[in-house]
Amino acid sequence: MAATREEVLGGLAELINDETGIATDTVELDKSFTDDLDIDSISMMTIVVNAEEKFDVKIPDEEVKNLKTVGDAVDFIVNAQA
Amino acid sequence: MTHPTLSQSTGPAYTRLYSVGAARGDNAVPNDDLVGPIDSSDEWIQQRTGIITRARAGADVLAVDLATDAAREAIARSGVPADEIDLVIVATISNVQQTPSIAAVVADRVGANPAAAYDMNAACAGYAYAVAQADALIRAGAATYALVIGAEKLSDVVDPTDRTISFLLGDGAGAVVVGPSDEPAIAPTVWGSDGSKAGAVGMNHTLVEFRDGASEWPTLRQEGQTVFRWAVWDMAKVAKEALDAAGVTSDDLAAFIPHQANMRIIDEFAKQLKLPDTVVIGRDIATTGNTSAASIPLAMHRLLEEHPELSGGLALQIGFGAGLVFGAQVVVLP
Repeated sequence: MAATREEVLGGLAELINDETGIATDTVELDKSFTDDLDIDSISMMTIVVNAEEKFDVKIPDEEVKNLKTVGDAVDFIVNAQA
Repeated sequence: MTHPTLSQSTGPAYTRLYSVGAARGDNAVPNDDLVGPIDSSDEWIQQRTGIITRARAGADVLAVDLATDAAREAIARSGVPADEIDLVIVATISNVQQTPSIAAVVADRVGANPAAAYDMNAACAGYAYAVAQADALIRAGAATYALVIGAEKLSDVVDPTDRTISFLLGDGAGAVVVGPSDEPAIAPTVWGSDGSKAGAVGMNHTLVEFRDGASEWPTLRQEGQTVFRWAVWDMAKVAKEALDAAGVTSDDLAAFIPHQANMRIIDEFAKQLKLPDTVVIGRDIATTGNTSAASIPLAMHRLLEEHPELSGGLALQIGFGAGLVFGAQVVVLP
């Protein structure tokens, strides 16, 4: 069964915490991966691959650059699961 | 029509690496020397690549010169007389003179004239490809002793304003002597390509475009995120296939020597392979930079200098790069 938006946010926050050590409660929908969370491109790709596995979705390379905020990623994953 | 039965060659059952030699550019170029044109910092480069300095050669030193120095060390350590080497393969993407080959010139310089000699281009997988060829040609009886060299002067194909790859690149050459063995010591090579991703890393222009004034001097570029994903997760599968093909597990390894592309790739790669703590990982990139086809033998040389007890142990070596191409095999360390 597809995960809810809240579940995806929580799961993504755990993946971000694993990769960067950023506290899960600071991972909010309106946060920018680069400007607010200071996540570099290599960490971003690690998070993307781990998210693909966790949520059983495909996130193509050309899509990654469009995922500016945590909310963008959550929306993409939720839609990809549908 | 009848004819006499032809002779067809066969060779020894097994091969091994006899020795390794290395040569690096003389200049240790720190990050601070490169950060100006890319609006970056020493910290930014170290965090994203693990590179502290990269070895670069002076204007008067070419890839063929680095190859010659590395070859001389490998031959001296091998115990094989230079004139008994009958095959020289040079893996390179940075011979600034398209012909003659580096290999023919090096064969002559080191005393291996008239060995069969040729260059080959499999970018950062070139050394693993060349080891596969040397192993196969010796076991087929086409050669007895092979000199395999990865040699690059990448500082000739960098753009100081490029933020994708130029600041990673260094100059160097690594060489091994390959010959017959009483026991299996070069396991099957898992190799291949994916030309559908040819645009992910490579030269940004052709020499014809440059000649016609339609472009700047061609230099290397990459799509970092695409390459990172492929280099870690796809290559982890290839690395596991190479272990399976060798009939060993990661617990049996003494060393892991991946192409020195980026320390972050090496770290994530090791994590994906779940290597035991006992496996020593090649991390030559910190002070040499990414030297494409030269990086695996250079990292092997450093590992054996720093950990001579690894000699005789098993190493998984894997190269991957522009093409895209990849090659991996387990070897017994010389």
